[in-house]
Amino acid sequence: MKKSPGTIRKLLTFVGAYKVLLILSILISAFVVVLQLYVPILFGHCVDFLIGKGKVDFEGLNHKLIWILILIGVSGIGTWIMNVINNRMTFGIVRAIRSKAIRKIQTLPLAYLDRKGVGDIASRVITDTDQLSDGLLLGFTQLVAGIVTIGVTLYFMFRMNIWVTVLVLVLTPISFFVSKFIATGSFKMFKLQSEIRGQQTALTEEMVGGARIVKAFGYEHRAKERFDEVNEELRKASEKAVFYSSLTNPSTRAVNSMIYACVALMGAYYIINGNLTVGGLSILLSYANQYMKPFTDITSVVTEFQYALSCAGRVFEFLEEPDQVPEKEEELGKVSGNVEVSAVDFSYVEEKPLIESFNLKIPAGTHVAIVGPTGCGKTTLINLFMRFYEVKAGKILVDEKDITDVTRESLRLNYGMVLQETWLKNATVRENIAFGREDATEEEIIRAAKESHSWSFIKRLPEGLDTVINDSSLSQGQKQLLCITRVMLTLPPMLILDEATSSIDTRTEMKIQNAFEKMMEGRTTFIVAHRLSTIQSADIILVMNEGHIVEQGSHKELLEKKGFYSNLYESQFAGIEI
Amino acid sequence: MKHLLKYLKPYLKETILAPAFKLIEALVDLFVPLVIADIIDRGIATGNKHYIILRFFLLVGLAMVGLAFSITAQFFSARASVGFAASLREKLFSKIQNFSFEKLDKIGTETLVTRINADVLQVQTGVNMVLRLVLRSPFIVFGSMIMAFTINVKAAFVFAVSIPVLTGVIYLIMGITIPLYKKVQGKLDGVMLTTRENLTGVRVIRAFCKEDEEVKEFDAKSDALTRFNLIAGRIGAIMNPATYVLINIATCAMFLIAGNGVNEGLMGKGNVVALYNYMAQMIVELVKLASLIITINKALACADRVSAVLKEDDGIEYTETDEEEEIPATDCAVAFKNVSFSYQDASEDALSDMDFCVQKGQTVGVIGGTGCGKSTLMNLIPRFYDVTKGSVEVFGKDVKSYKKGELISHIGIVPQKAVLFAGSIRDNLKWGNEEAKDEELYSALEIAQAKDVVDSKEGGLDAIVEQGGRNFSGGQRQRLTIARALVKKPDILILDDSSSALDYATDFRLRKALAELKGQTTTFIVSQRTSSIQNADFIIVLDDGKIAGTGTHEELLQTCDVYQEIYASQASNKPGEVTA
Repeated sequence: MKKSPGTIRKLLTFVGAYKVLLILSILISAFVVVLQLYVPILFGHCVDFLIGKGKVDFEGLNHKLIWILILIGVSGIGTWIMNVINNRMTFGIVRAIRSKAIRKIQTLPLAYLDRKGVGDIASRVITDTDQLSDGLLLGFTQLVAGIVTIGVTLYFMFRMNIWVTVLVLVLTPISFFVSKFIATGSFKMFKLQSEIRGQQTALTEEMVGGARIVKAFGYEHRAKERFDEVNEELRKASEKAVFYSSLTNPSTRAVNSMIYACVALMGAYYIINGNLTVGGLSILLSYANQYMKPFTDITSVVTEFQYALSCAGRVFEFLEEPDQVPEKEEELGKVSGNVEVSAVDFSYVEEKPLIESFNLKIPAGTHVAIVGPTGCGKTTLINLFMRFYEVKAGKILVDEKDITDVTRESLRLNYGMVLQETWLKNATVRENIAFGREDATEEEIIRAAKESHSWSFIKRLPEGLDTVINDSSLSQGQKQLLCITRVMLTLPPMLILDEATSSIDTRTEMKIQNAFEKMMEGRTTFIVAHRLSTIQSADIILVMNEGHIVEQGSHKELLEKKGFYSNLYESQFAGIEI
Repeated sequence: MKHLLKYLKPYLKETILAPAFKLIEALVDLFVPLVIADIIDRGIATGNKHYIILRFFLLVGLAMVGLAFSITAQFFSARASVGFAASLREKLFSKIQNFSFEKLDKIGTETLVTRINADVLQVQTGVNMVLRLVLRSPFIVFGSMIMAFTINVKAAFVFAVSIPVLTGVIYLIMGITIPLYKKVQGKLDGVMLTTRENLTGVRVIRAFCKEDEEVKEFDAKSDALTRFNLIAGRIGAIMNPATYVLINIATCAMFLIAGNGVNEGLMGKGNVVALYNYMAQMIVELVKLASLIITINKALACADRVSAVLKEDDGIEYTETDEEEEIPATDCAVAFKNVSFSYQDASEDALSDMDFCVQKGQTVGVIGGTGCGKSTLMNLIPRFYDVTKGSVEVFGKDVKSYKKGELISHIGIVPQKAVLFAGSIRDNLKWGNEEAKDEELYSALEIAQAKDVVDSKEGGLDAIVEQGGRNFSGGQRQRLTIARALVKKPDILILDDSSSALDYATDFRLRKALAELKGQTTTFIVSQRTSSIQNADFIIVLDDGKIAGTGTHEELLQTCDVYQEIYASQASNKPGEVTA
């Protein structure tokens, strides 16, 4: 709650266009509350017109009833308008926030996105935003309505009879204490319940998710035993939690019934003494019945409000993350592919320097293989070339131009990239292949697919090129082939292949080798690979270790050198012929 | 849902008593307006304070009785619904354990997990709500009406008319909005998907400079969601004001009729107040009923999902005869006889015309490209799937005539995906054999080249394995899963591409240790690397679901094109050899 004023102020900037609506909504809500509370009074008056046999004041009764009809009509329409306004406001604001958020995703530095993870950010954009609008905006209107209800109810009751009202005021807190008492008691049980449920979920995830292994080891009965054990524990804990928490309603209802009885008793005495009418008692009774409601409403609104506030905090924290370094306006244009790295320093974490004073000069058309043990900085280098990450010091030049002096788009359009992580859109095969070139013709798409040897499985898909790809419909290898096809269609002057064939079997790889070679011809290419066949044919091999280039040269030169590379080579491939 | 009711049977007593007690509580509630009417019409009218006090205590008494019955009902209802849910979960779990691989593929394990956890919970809530409210709410609604009839028949007609009208309005609005909200949920899922896509694919999107298009796509989806939300909201927003207006119109009508009644001396003021109170009670319960219906609907949908799983057959049948059939003496540990296999709903055979015999004690290599059917072939040996044609024999006996659990006791499997389970290393290794002693575990670890993994972890065999084994590297996990299979001391060992994460040297040491395994263990090694299998006694080369060749490494190099190609594509990996 500490940061709340700031958060609310930020929310107000989004409310902006809806400010009038928000105020209107609050006004209508207050107005409707007053009307709805006034109706029981009118009904009370009606009761008083029914004096007795032959003495009913029909004129007065009809007059009041017409008023009631008007009031409920107005309040009905008012409520509907208020609901519609609230909808427009909340959904509009949610949309505005999300639209800002998706743009934010495009401009945030990758460093942030990599660090935060998909789940976290997605839940901020979707769930938290929903929660924020529901909790904060509606909560606000409900809060106002609740406060107005309490105030107006008290006012009307006091006007009716002071001491009965005092009685209600004194007794209502009992109901609060009772529900509070139950809530505290059940909290522990709920905690236990969710702990055990967590255990059970973990167990089912393992045993059902790994059902194949369970079966392969004939572990079924053991799994069942373990499950039954947790299940029984959960049953016991749940029974307690469910029962105990379900006491709230009957208990508060009982307390309210007592208050009701007290009001009836006291009211009856006042009527006998002539200080109250029967209609007045009926009003007091219906108020006494409703009096608790705004309090419970407000408590739940406040809880929700606090939750929504923390959601809002998370959303705004995301929206306010600093963007990536602003870019210069100059366009790079189509390059020939000379790449120079000069004195570059880089680290993901400030305290742990990774790449230090890195130098490299690569003429256009060179094929560069980057090898080294895991975590040596191979992928980092690619992050820097693509300007996914910014160098800490030094610069990277493409065709003698510092890449920070040109737009990111113009730089990236000069690269074709295939990564080990295969990402495809949840769209048709065609859309995925033409991702980088929407204007590609059918023939071009098919040709690229054939060259990359993905055509044979594409044509076997249920709807060929028009099959919609989802997460599980393709194997890892097939996905990788599609990623390669995607790049084959764009053919920019420079290529980055980061473990591009890691999921493809060697025979298929060999078959697409021709296509690869053709693709790489005359293009500056950076290859990260674990297969020696790919590495050996490179013009130059960069051997990296701990962020530095420890050796560079051709395969043969490096082997003769008997240094790091030859060690690496031996450790990976030794023993093969034994 | 009907299908599931039998699991409620052990709680029959609770299931009947909970609503019954709720009913009594409702009855008590219905008396209250009558007592108030008495206070007004008899007590106040005659100024009898003693009478009023007696009625006051009656009200207090009613509240206490109501509380007592209600609490008892809540208890029964909690016990029944929670117990019901627990036995549902138990049944589901057993059911899933018995599912064949085919069934698991078809249904998907992820949704099964949701069904055990989330869906059953939803059903539990539904049952709980039903037990508590299903009798109470209608009872109060109709009880109010009946009570009204006892007070004044004419005025009661207002109740008789307004109940169906209100119910109709509530149903109508819900009937329109519920499907709308389902669509809204669908749209929201779409927005979620695009968001995730933008995050997971951020590198590719930026590399292809597609940011603007992605934003446009998102905006379109977000707009559609907003539009649907507004439409659904506009209709949903009618519910509250409509019921409010209707109930008050009814009250007005009731007052007009009651006015006449009072004028004719048929009823007193107190009676009018009572009618007024019944009206109020009725609307409260009607609204509760509406929300109850939503809960029930949700619960029913979940119940359907749950019972769909329970209704599935296991997808595999085991022989149950105890008769020992004559097994012809054979040297074949595993024999495939004209086997074809296709996955459910697949148009093409995944494997066809598999015909070979593997002799006891042999080491068999299985090689081929991705998706050529290697794993499928291995899955047929322990009968994870049933063949579509032909037969698979293990030790001369058709796998289908093994009893449940009997076949698997001969076979140790190391799956492609190295999965470990939460617990200790020892727990994981003991999957292979519950009774295994530490020495046996260590000897399995040594063969699997995994001893150093255990030694490097604090606590050795007692070191904690997190869920899925995520605190181990891929190579470590792989070696531990090999050890797990070895602990079983199986007659047939299947290594399904299970050394892919090992470096060549370790892989080599592993194969050497396996080769030294004394006894009659028949070993299958599935791999993409020729180096892993070239020392095998017998190699099966698969290509696109068919056998492209069988024989030893040397033979295949002479006779099998596919094998030659695979070998050539990897030949450059060998030091000292020139690329083919």
